[in-house]
Amino acid sequence: MAAYLVKRLLQGVFVLFLVSLLTFFVMYFMPGDPARTMVGQARVTEEQLDAIRDKWGLNDPWYERYGDWITNLATGDLGTSMMRPGQGIGDMIASAASMTIRLNLMSFTIALVVAIPIGVLAAVKRNSVLDYISTFGSTLGVAIPNYWIGVMAIVLFSVKLGWLPAYGADSWKSYVLPVIVLSIEEMAAVMRLMRGTTIEVLSQDYVQTARAKGLAQKVILMRHVVRNALLPVITLLGYRIAFILSGTIVVETVFAWPGIGQLFFDAITNQDLQVVQAIVLLLTAVVVIVNILTDLTYAVIDPRVRVR
Amino acid sequence: MTHTDTETLTPQHTAPRLALRSGADLSDAVTREPSEWRKTWRRFRRYRPALFGLALIVLLVVLALGAQWLAPYAPEKVNPRLRGDGPTASHWLGNDDIGRDILSRIIYGSRIALIVGVGATSIAVTIGVAVGATAGYFGGRVDFLLSRLVDTLMAFPLLALLLTLSTVFGPSLRNVVVVIGCTVWASYARVVRAEVLSLRERDFVLAARAAGATDRRIIARHIVPNAIGPVIILASLAIGSIIILESALSFLGMGVARPTASWGTMLSDGRDFIRNYPHISIAPGLAIALTVLAFNLVGDGLRDALDPRQRS
Repeated sequence: MAAYLVKRLLQGVFVLFLVSLLTFFVMYFMPGDPARTMVGQARVTEEQLDAIRDKWGLNDPWYERYGDWITNLATGDLGTSMMRPGQGIGDMIASAASMTIRLNLMSFTIALVVAIPIGVLAAVKRNSVLDYISTFGSTLGVAIPNYWIGVMAIVLFSVKLGWLPAYGADSWKSYVLPVIVLSIEEMAAVMRLMRGTTIEVLSQDYVQTARAKGLAQKVILMRHVVRNALLPVITLLGYRIAFILSGTIVVETVFAWPGIGQLFFDAITNQDLQVVQAIVLLLTAVVVIVNILTDLTYAVIDPRVRVR
Repeated sequence: MTHTDTETLTPQHTAPRLALRSGADLSDAVTREPSEWRKTWRRFRRYRPALFGLALIVLLVVLALGAQWLAPYAPEKVNPRLRGDGPTASHWLGNDDIGRDILSRIIYGSRIALIVGVGATSIAVTIGVAVGATAGYFGGRVDFLLSRLVDTLMAFPLLALLLTLSTVFGPSLRNVVVVIGCTVWASYARVVRAEVLSLRERDFVLAARAAGATDRRIIARHIVPNAIGPVIILASLAIGSIIILESALSFLGMGVARPTASWGTMLSDGRDFIRNYPHISIAPGLAIALTVLAFNLVGDGLRDALDPRQRS
């Protein structure tokens, strides 16, 4: 177990190193001149521009720039934003991330609470009306782009009915639309998976045995079926948590939600190189860690995994 | 000109005849292949929703190929007097914020969706199969390096990477196809590698090696064809999500450049006028949803038909 953990951690560090290199070079070849973007409309001489480039290390050769970035990172210093003077990138990310995490925690909770029971029921009562409705719903839920649902929800609940704000994060009301929109896709994915795995588990020998022993249906479901059927859902969850950003960039843009997706999108359109680099590296670190944790959770829940 | 035409056409015309003739002479192993496909088709047909999806895709292909005849107006023709008009008898889906016919733009938009979906998937499958087969077959240090590359790509937040790359290369249809294709191949590589690891030790591969076949020939002739089933399933299920990715990129203004009619850019135009002309956003979203639904249903059907483990 310990050897496995060390091996996975080392692989993770290597992956992060590759990610940092890749991110750095993509940003390095980004067209345009950040110094010029920074001064905007102000009239400056070429010397002044050069001074700015010097100050931000843009004139240094690539290996020095990469080295500086990594050494600063190693000391926990994410640097300051070029485009928002005086703002520490660490603080910017921290406050944006808390907004994104809040949004996603709520939508994940809703999705799990709704989707797991429905998925199990649909599997138990196969080919029932409930099964058809939930299968149809989850098929649609995966196919409809969530940001479009967002736009439509704004049309209905903000523009037509005026019940909920269309954007921002000012009161609890602002949470309703983005949380629901984000949860729809999760719900569809979890429901679909839960139904599939439950059906598979129901046909296993140990379920037949439990049934032959005369255990009540409820006990069989709780003790034998759901526990085993949850395993793939955990993998899916780990995967989904890891990709929170990708899922929320568009939805946060639609609702002008001050989260990490919005911060990233602004940074990329404003050529705020340091911010983009920091966010990408941080999020891939999250992915790597979550992946390792998912595997560990697997090992804890399912003793068979530990043996292998 | 006519000369080159006949020259390039000839091989295509003779190919089916040639295949027919040689097919009759060949051993069982080859002639059995069409019946295997027929069996797959029969299993596929049993799943009704997949047939519905297939019909939708056929419709989509017809729309895309026949856009210039089927669309009632030119997709980029601006009619300022009809700005933001709702649906009428002559403009079934209404007009957008600068007075372009929405139906015509939806029809032309199917081209973009199909080109990106199929084009990016082909690139991804090609790279993924090559990398996966190489890693799985050779193992050792090659496998370690390629697998870490796959891990790296899989660890990137996909949309963030796509946005960054689109900013670097600039928004255009070609760039969108290439950028998506070059970033989503990792899952194919992982699947193919796993398949190859188990195929590598099979008797027929050992037999081929004993007969003196080169590595390249073994990979191309014996391993890849046997590992291709899961790849087809994965690809058919991935096309839908790639179409959503493209629409999201275009929605954010980093995908297909304006004024080309892409469903994602149409949605983003509609979003800017959500208060005054909400009808602009409806049709493109439905078009994306139906298309993705169609590919997902076909993917489900293919998985049931091709994957023996899924058969019940």
